Amino acid sequence: MAEAIVTLTDVEKSFGSNLVVQKMNLDIEAGEFLTLLGPSGCGKTTTLRMIAGFEDTSAGSIKVQGEPVEDKEPYQRDVNTVFQNYSLFPHMNVYDNVAYGLTIKKVPKDEIKTRVGKMLELVQLTGYEKRKPDALSGGQKQRVAIARALINNPKVLLLDEPLGALDLKLRKQMQLELKRLQKRLGITFVYVTHDQEEALTMSDRIAVMNGGVIDQLGSPKEIYDHPKTRFVASFIGESNIFDGTVQAVDGTLLTVETPAGLMQTRGEGFAVGEAMHISIRPEHLLAEKQPVPGFDLAGRVKDFTYLGTAVKTAIDLKDGTEAKFSRIEQDAECAEGDTVYVHWKPEKSVAIKKTAG
Amino acid sequence: MSGKTKAKRPGPGMRRRNLRRNTLPALAQAGPVSVWMIVFVTLPTLFIIYISFMSRGVFGDVVYEFSLESYQTLLDATYFKVILKSLRVAVFTTMACLVIGYPFAYYIARKPREQASRLIMLIMIPFWTNSLMRLNSWLLLFQTSGPVNNFLQWAGLTDSPITFIYTDGLVALGMVTNMLPFAVLPLYSTIEKLEKSLLEASSDLGASPAKTFMRITLPLTFPGIFSAIILTFIPALGIYTVSDILGGGKVLYIGNIIKNQFGQIRNWPLGAALSVLLLAITALLIFIYTRFAKLEDMEVV
Ligand SMILES: Nc1ncnc2c1ncn2[C@@H]1O[C@H](COP(=O)(O)OP(=O)(O)O)[C@@H](O)[C@H]1O
Ligand SMILES: [Mg+2]
Repeated sequence: MAEAIVTLTDVEKSFGSNLVVQKMNLDIEAGEFLTLLGPSGCGKTTTLRMIAGFEDTSAGSIKVQGEPVEDKEPYQRDVNTVFQNYSLFPHMNVYDNVAYGLTIKKVPKDEIKTRVGKMLELVQLTGYEKRKPDALSGGQKQRVAIARALINNPKVLLLDEPLGALDLKLRKQMQLELKRLQKRLGITFVYVTHDQEEALTMSDRIAVMNGGVIDQLGSPKEIYDHPKTRFVASFIGESNIFDGTVQAVDGTLLTVETPAGLMQTRGEGFAVGEAMHISIRPEHLLAEKQPVPGFDLAGRVKDFTYLGTAVKTAIDLKDGTEAKFSRIEQDAECAEGDTVYVHWKPEKSVAIKKTAG
Repeated sequence: MSGKTKAKRPGPGMRRRNLRRNTLPALAQAGPVSVWMIVFVTLPTLFIIYISFMSRGVFGDVVYEFSLESYQTLLDATYFKVILKSLRVAVFTTMACLVIGYPFAYYIARKPREQASRLIMLIMIPFWTNSLMRLNSWLLLFQTSGPVNNFLQWAGLTDSPITFIYTDGLVALGMVTNMLPFAVLPLYSTIEKLEKSLLEASSDLGASPAKTFMRITLPLTFPGIFSAIILTFIPALGIYTVSDILGGGKVLYIGNIIKNQFGQIRNWPLGAALSVLLLAITALLIFIYTRFAKLEDMEVV
């Protein structure tokens, strides 16, 4: 296992009586791209600001390279931040903005010149040295902000929704560029976003946050395929989630009673009568004209949405819930208004323990 | 750029029409303001300049004969000394207002908005009270048997009362307290606009608080500083009520002399020449400012 470059141990933060981050434990490995993912207000920015030193921790400790940083001011910490709103210095041109960290450290002028030149080349802004931030587009400002942070060779780069203000196309392009940059430089990125798609495409690991707590930490694939909580299952990608109680256990095969009907899944450590959740991705739903053993999910096909080659359908189940259903090719045997019997391969669904809250 | 516009040069008739269409609304907009400015600012100023080049009659009337006498008088040692002293006091007042006002404005600007407006009110209340009343209350406070002297004697810091009133020191105190709001308001409004994340960014990039102040805060609040300088220096140079009351007529500055020339002494040309001098200094300051920054950045509250 790679060494941890940033360690959060039982970190808490409260503003007044508002507990924003709770008992957070996180080991960030050297060189990885770690994303803090969660809905707005879940404490991502606050966590990042505690690592950077802009907020004190209310409890717990933060270590960077094994050294506690509680007593260090932001300017004494070996981490740099790319701010949500860029925060470029408006009275300085691009060159001076990028050179700022080196100027402060009193690096010799000609060394600054070569390093700024290299950095601007890296973010493809050569020739923009004399421009003021006002005269830059959003994407260009973003590049300057990244260059300004990276020129200090930080151990860790903290990025707070850096692409949030960009339009979709530019965002996709910058996602790729950032990921490439991170691989090339080998710097640890701690990346904050509320966009699950962005998190899935860019990250080595994702920490899914919910209400100041990390619900799950894992690779994008782990998180997508094996969500550990109902929240993670619903937040990451599209998913059908059913709440029910275990009716029968046969090895790992569970039969579960839900308001929508009977269904099967696979899971370990569940007891008969236990309340639990089942999550199934739309692409794993199957529909038959005849009832399927182990399932009792009759429903009516609602509307079709054609997305190129894929077809999306919704199926109204008997309790009024809607099952999202998608498949690669259009199914000729299934038309709007038909009654179908929904099922899936039990191992394709995820059995989720019910957690408090 | 200009080549492109030239390429599509319109015919003469067309150009005339354009001209008429473009200038009329502009004139209409500028019209009322210009008339107002001409009547109430430009004409009186021109009149003052005109008077300053006339001579004084035997009975204190203005004799409309060209003369440089008034300006020669300004170079006279007595007047020159007063001018220098006035400049010194104005510079001192301005510096003191900046040194006191900047941290104060910074402190207010970093408070939540609600508290900030309450603190601003605190500054404005004395500003709204009658200035004669305010100045006279300084006299009451500092007079020989006033509270300040009583306290000093009670505390054993002095045996006999100290003479504060009618001194340069008390005038300076009066000037600073009088001008402070003019410094704090523009400073506050620029500091308040300074984004906190810029200071954080600077700190993040390794700058200590002192370096952040020098490289980020100070340059970005410069428009407010300059407005504060103009708004305190110019009145401080011309004001005469403070020195009249707290100086008891013993402490003379340009403002007092101008007032006296137009009043009791009745030497209008000399008073006018002194006024022109003040105008020149003001114009110079504003000129310097516009060289540094665009005029619209100027914060005048
Ligand atoms: N300086 C602050 N004072 C009070 N409450 C704050 C402060 N900063 C953040 N919060 C609160 O903390 C919670 C988490 O905020 P934040 O970390 O910014 O969330 P996120 O970045 O995940 O959207 C929010 O409810 C927010 O209102
Ligand atoms: Mg945030």
